[in-house]
Amino acid sequence: MVGRIHSFESFGTVDGPGIRFVVFLQGCPLRCQYCHNPDTWKSSGEEHTAADVAARALKYKNYFGDNGGVTVTGGEPLLQIDFVIELFTILKAKGIHTCVDTSGITFTPQSQEKHEKLLEVTDLFLLDIKHIDDEACKKLTGQSNRNTLAFARFLSDNGKKMWIRQVLVPNITDGEESLKRTRAFLDELKTVERVEVLPYHTMGVVKYEKLGIEYPLKGVETPTKESVAKAKEILRGQG
Amino acid sequence: MMQYKGWEGFVPGKWCNDEIDVRDFIQHNYTPYEGDSKFLAPATEATKKLWQIVCDLSKKEREAGGVLNADTKIVSTLTSHGAGYLDKDLETIVGLQTDEPFKRALQPFGGIRMSEGALEMYGYKIDPQVKEIFTKYRKTHNEGVFDAYTPEMRAARSAHILTGLPDAYGRGRIIGDYRRVALYGVDYLIKKKEEDKLAINGDMTPDKVRNREEIADQIKALNALKEMAAIYGCDISKPAETAQQAIQALYFGYLAAVKDQNGAAMSIGRNTTFLDIYIERDLQKGLITEEQAQEFIDHFVMKLRIVKFMRTKEYNELFSGDPTWVTESIGGMGVDGRSLVTKTAFRILHTLDNLGPAPEPNLTVLWSKRLPVAFKRYCAEISIRTSSIQYESDDLMRPEMGDDYAIACCVSCMKVGKDMQFFGARANLAKCLLYAINGGKDELMKDKKTGKPMQVSPEFAAITSNDALDFNEVTAKFDNMMTWLADLYVNTLNLIHYMHDKYSYEALEMSLHDTNVRRFFATGIAGLSCAADSLSAIKYAKVYPIRNEDGIVVDFRIEGEFPKYGNNDDRADELAVWLLKTFMKKVKSHYTYRDSVPTTSILTITSNVVYGKKTGNTPDGRRGGTPLAPGANPMHGRDCNGALASLESVAKLPYEYSRDGISNTFSITPGSLGKED
Repeated sequence: MVGRIHSFESFGTVDGPGIRFVVFLQGCPLRCQYCHNPDTWKSSGEEHTAADVAARALKYKNYFGDNGGVTVTGGEPLLQIDFVIELFTILKAKGIHTCVDTSGITFTPQSQEKHEKLLEVTDLFLLDIKHIDDEACKKLTGQSNRNTLAFARFLSDNGKKMWIRQVLVPNITDGEESLKRTRAFLDELKTVERVEVLPYHTMGVVKYEKLGIEYPLKGVETPTKESVAKAKEILRGQG
Repeated sequence: MMQYKGWEGFVPGKWCNDEIDVRDFIQHNYTPYEGDSKFLAPATEATKKLWQIVCDLSKKEREAGGVLNADTKIVSTLTSHGAGYLDKDLETIVGLQTDEPFKRALQPFGGIRMSEGALEMYGYKIDPQVKEIFTKYRKTHNEGVFDAYTPEMRAARSAHILTGLPDAYGRGRIIGDYRRVALYGVDYLIKKKEEDKLAINGDMTPDKVRNREEIADQIKALNALKEMAAIYGCDISKPAETAQQAIQALYFGYLAAVKDQNGAAMSIGRNTTFLDIYIERDLQKGLITEEQAQEFIDHFVMKLRIVKFMRTKEYNELFSGDPTWVTESIGGMGVDGRSLVTKTAFRILHTLDNLGPAPEPNLTVLWSKRLPVAFKRYCAEISIRTSSIQYESDDLMRPEMGDDYAIACCVSCMKVGKDMQFFGARANLAKCLLYAINGGKDELMKDKKTGKPMQVSPEFAAITSNDALDFNEVTAKFDNMMTWLADLYVNTLNLIHYMHDKYSYEALEMSLHDTNVRRFFATGIAGLSCAADSLSAIKYAKVYPIRNEDGIVVDFRIEGEFPKYGNNDDRADELAVWLLKTFMKKVKSHYTYRDSVPTTSILTITSNVVYGKKTGNTPDGRRGGTPLAPGANPMHGRDCNGALASLESVAKLPYEYSRDGISNTFSITPGSLGKED
């Protein structure tokens, strides 16, 4: 089966543990205002078979060391869940650590069975909680956070490790109250290994210009060091 | 009882048994260090004051437009100048190139025109008598080369298919074994050279006559070295007795080399493990403290930082600045499995903290997986703080070069005191491909007489069709053109090095080599990735030639996609490998001067910009005049699968075909190396 690929990164160091081969899949149902990869929204992309992508990744096996491996991200990689399952099945057979970076948006009662299959071949999930408040989430991403939160519980119930990620945007996601609500939600989960705060940055702006899309966060500054530290403190339950 | 006082306390071995063998001395006497950097001492008050003097002078030099003072009259030799100091009372290691700091020496043996031109650019006028001597009575290297150049060599040179040839400046890249001065004292070295000279007997063939004359010059240089030290009140005729004397003697050896030669790269060798033995001995005896040991190293490094040459602005443009390439090779593993890292490896890196970051000396760590962990951590810390360390793979070089080699310039390795090289600049393969398409007519240059495109090679059959370029036809023609280029290139270098030996022989540096030295013939390649991508475009896409009114292909129209070198894609990477192997095999098929061993390098770290200026539009879509990629790098922006894919492409180039080194310029932001927490 083929996947629609945006690009490959042979030296990924920020999407999961160790040195990772990162596959960026094309297509995303969300329209996060801070998205730095708007070029992955459309369901276009270059088609590659799972076997081809696996072969590309395996070229770097020597670099993976003890904890590196392969991460699929996007876009929303689970829009192509069948492709991811096939790719990871090949990689797991070769002993490679596998990781999905997702918003959990595709998780519904109807698709649960598919996700169960995915769990069998995935070692780690990077789960992006956009906003704990559903109204704010809709405003920020265009979608409800219902599926995301349900997916987090699903991962927890199935004993699957996850890293929670929160993009920190001044005045949008950095409210103390909502961060505390997020923390309270995390307290219900049993398998959260790590919480990452990703400071909002403006490196994606040029892509918007290229694509001719209006940039929604014009004028929004990157968060201060202090606010990042504060958010970490709260989200990691040290506040 | 040791033969010399300076050797007392050392473990004897072959090194002190009527031999010159510095490596043997090191192996018997050094102390590997596995610990961390906590023992290091900060800069002393004297160091701070001296460094402030250097900083003030540097500022003045910049304000003066790049040169603070220059000698216009006294031709630099080992003993041409009186003693010079930054501050005599504070310096523990002394010696300057001239009698004043930041005063540049006059070194016309490579070429009087270069000396005169460089002086004029900075508002100085060469002394008329010196000019007369070096035009009327004393021939220079540059004059010799141009007397003998063939018209074809001159054409290739002015079209820049051969570029950066050392025909008007010192070839450099020769590293004297400066440690010998400290370990043996100059008298011992003279005695050994006299023995070598006596052994050259029998039929006086030109080779033997030359060898005898060269050794005589070496002995004269060694005597001058002693005199030079005496100008500073030092006696280096006997082995050094203390760490300070050892560092001083070693530095005098190097100083003599830079007084004698204005070479493109004047590297200093591999000295920290050696010097550590002396420092350890003094520390054990309680003669010095760690503060003093660090002070000696700081002062030594300070001297290396202010080595300066008088060069033209074009030269500085070619090398993007005014580099001296005082490369010092640090660490590495011994062939017996012990690490060669000593406390002095830490001390020399610590100068980057004590004196602040600096590009010179070019501190180069010979990296091995097996280096002590604490040292690796320290290197990483210093790199993060100062971005001033170069790394090279000891694991790659050691199998062939052993554990006492050093790097000349940026990547070129030689066994210290046992190998030398004839530096050969570069042949531009991207331009060579254009010649293959245009039958040896230059795509940019016009013949001055006819106004038609300049025919540089003999008239090969050009590609005449306007259809998409046929890969097989192009590679066949390219292969022929490379045959021509390799032949011309090797012979141009044969001629240049003959003249350099004749008119600007490095007597002092060669006196610190074994007499039976191994010589390398160090050719180089520019434009590798551009040529590889061009071939890939022709093979995997459709590339249509666009001609000018003279019928010369001056541009290309590309239809379709093609794989590019730098993405770990064998289809493109194989073409780069093919280019390297093909060109090197052709180089190897020729006679090389003085039975030298042909090697090649892919290492244009800065000159790629200038080479690109002289290269027209290429079939990969690169615009004429824009830079070629540095060294073996992929073309800028074409590696789009991340760092490992890019590095893997480069790593496919076989080192055995490029023994003089492969460089890949790589920068990365700390954030891309992972997260801090």
